[in-house]
Amino acid sequence: MWGKRLFIAVFLIPPLLLYGLFVVSPYAQAFQISGTDWSGLSPSYEFIGLENFRRLLGDGYFWNALRHNGLLLLLLPVVTILLGLFFASMISVGGRADRVGVHGVRGSGFYRVVYFFPQVLSVAIIGVLWKEMYAPHTGMINGFLRAVGLDGLAMAWLGDPRFSFWCVLVVLIWMNVGFYVVLFSAAMQSIPRDLYEAALLDGASRVTTLVRITVPLVWDTIQVAWVYLAIIAIDGFAVVQIITDGGPSSSSDVVGLRLYKTAFADGQFGYASAIGVAMFFLTLTVAVMFLRVTRRDRVEL
Amino acid sequence: MAVLTRTRLETPSVSTPPPSPRPALLSHLFLTFWALITTLPLVWAVLSSFKSDEEILTSPWSLPSSLRWENWARAWSEAHIGRYFLNSAIVVTGALTLTMLLGAMAAYILARYPFRGSRIIYYAFVGGMMFPVFLALVPLFFVVRNLGLLGTLPGLTLVYAAYSLPFTVFFLTAFFRTLPTTVAEAAMVDGCGHYRLFFQVMLPMARPGLVSVGIFNFLFQWNQYVLPIVLMQGEGAEKKWVLAQGLTALAVNEGYRGDFSGLFAGMTIAMLPVIAGYLLFHRQVQSGLAAGQLR
Repeated sequence: MWGKRLFIAVFLIPPLLLYGLFVVSPYAQAFQISGTDWSGLSPSYEFIGLENFRRLLGDGYFWNALRHNGLLLLLLPVVTILLGLFFASMISVGGRADRVGVHGVRGSGFYRVVYFFPQVLSVAIIGVLWKEMYAPHTGMINGFLRAVGLDGLAMAWLGDPRFSFWCVLVVLIWMNVGFYVVLFSAAMQSIPRDLYEAALLDGASRVTTLVRITVPLVWDTIQVAWVYLAIIAIDGFAVVQIITDGGPSSSSDVVGLRLYKTAFADGQFGYASAIGVAMFFLTLTVAVMFLRVTRRDRVEL
Repeated sequence: MAVLTRTRLETPSVSTPPPSPRPALLSHLFLTFWALITTLPLVWAVLSSFKSDEEILTSPWSLPSSLRWENWARAWSEAHIGRYFLNSAIVVTGALTLTMLLGAMAAYILARYPFRGSRIIYYAFVGGMMFPVFLALVPLFFVVRNLGLLGTLPGLTLVYAAYSLPFTVFFLTAFFRTLPTTVAEAAMVDGCGHYRLFFQVMLPMARPGLVSVGIFNFLFQWNQYVLPIVLMQGEGAEKKWVLAQGLTALAVNEGYRGDFSGLFAGMTIAMLPVIAGYLLFHRQVQSGLAAGQLR
């Protein structure tokens, strides 16, 4: 009996210590620090209650950043999921339909492997790569535009406040679509083929089968995809910091970058922690909201 | 769900739908288009790594006139990509070992040795998956600094391992529960102790689960960005930078110096091993990452 208890302790205490020290305690401290005016210059600070949050409400930079995260939250999941569903259904049921039934396209494995490339690359590599893609003279995008005679469209993409945010959005879509193609096409594999055959026999078009059969049957997966893309949209830090650093003139700023700069450039640790707490509640709200809105009766087969 | 509940209409068997090659062709057109969108930037980076700066400046789309491996050599040694690579390898090797060992130990207890409070511990681990890492950044910086581990490789190793634990424990607890109890009981009857049972029976049996979660953790740790830039700052820290950090610094520096070919070479060096590993194990990588997202 004692041997068993000792065994449990020996196996549980090291992971719990590591986890408590570096994960649980920082999370708990963040809430506490968000109620202080800690400036980082001195070790002393005072408890100021909700003052940081009041300041947050009147902080134009914060709202500007939050607006960008809001736009990402609207656009990133919608565009990524639509593209993901589109390509995934091409892979799974986009092949020919004949007497034997509905097929996937040939070479579906190849597409799945290639589409997944950005997922295994570090976000730093993707950021640096796209920064170079957008470069005004040496970049591939302007190079392409000049090569096809559209010199007028070639511009300093990241240096223009009108475009910088959209440049970031494009990168986020580019790096995520492939993963959801793979995820959705895996979910579509489990849909019985005869459903499609029956629908096609009844004269349904491909679009109808996508909307009426495929989407309802992979709804669970779409829901999960939505939550994860929303979490990516609330973050966005790495891509923005590497590609535009929030600029020019805050035109592509996001909340994560605000927090990072407030803490590690300005040394306002109390205020930065308040931004972190705001981000936490934002994430929580969005996750709960999406799960409620997208709740549907499961289709049982 | 009208479409789903409708019974299959008794259509006369003569009216089979005509074979239609068009959808397949159209599908391939769209699919190839996105395949190009995905790969062209990567191919462009690899090709540019062999060009001279002159070629990059004058024609971003042309092929390199010769294979200039010296760009790679310059990026590896002068731009320190080699050092950053080594740092990343050291940190991830240590962190992955620690994650898998501690994660498997905790998961095994939580799955197989129920005791009072074990549910609470389980939810404490799993709850870590819900919090955005940004919330922890400020306090984490000071926790690591107070331990004297700021800007050190062991410090980063411990932090990577700690932040990998929630998913690892969650995934492996579920996995250990699925393993048959009979084998464990038989081993106990034969006089096998708890420790030997874990290391010699349960761990080998859990190998498929360990591989999936290991791949997921490897990519999470190798591709980490925000943790190193917060924890590897301060004087002399640039010798301890990891690849992600070194590469972004390189992008800034080489941009000023106009050494574009060196930058592309550094990027290619950072990119190729992961892409090669992925091509070798793409099935496991895809399933491992999918399991990670569908938590």
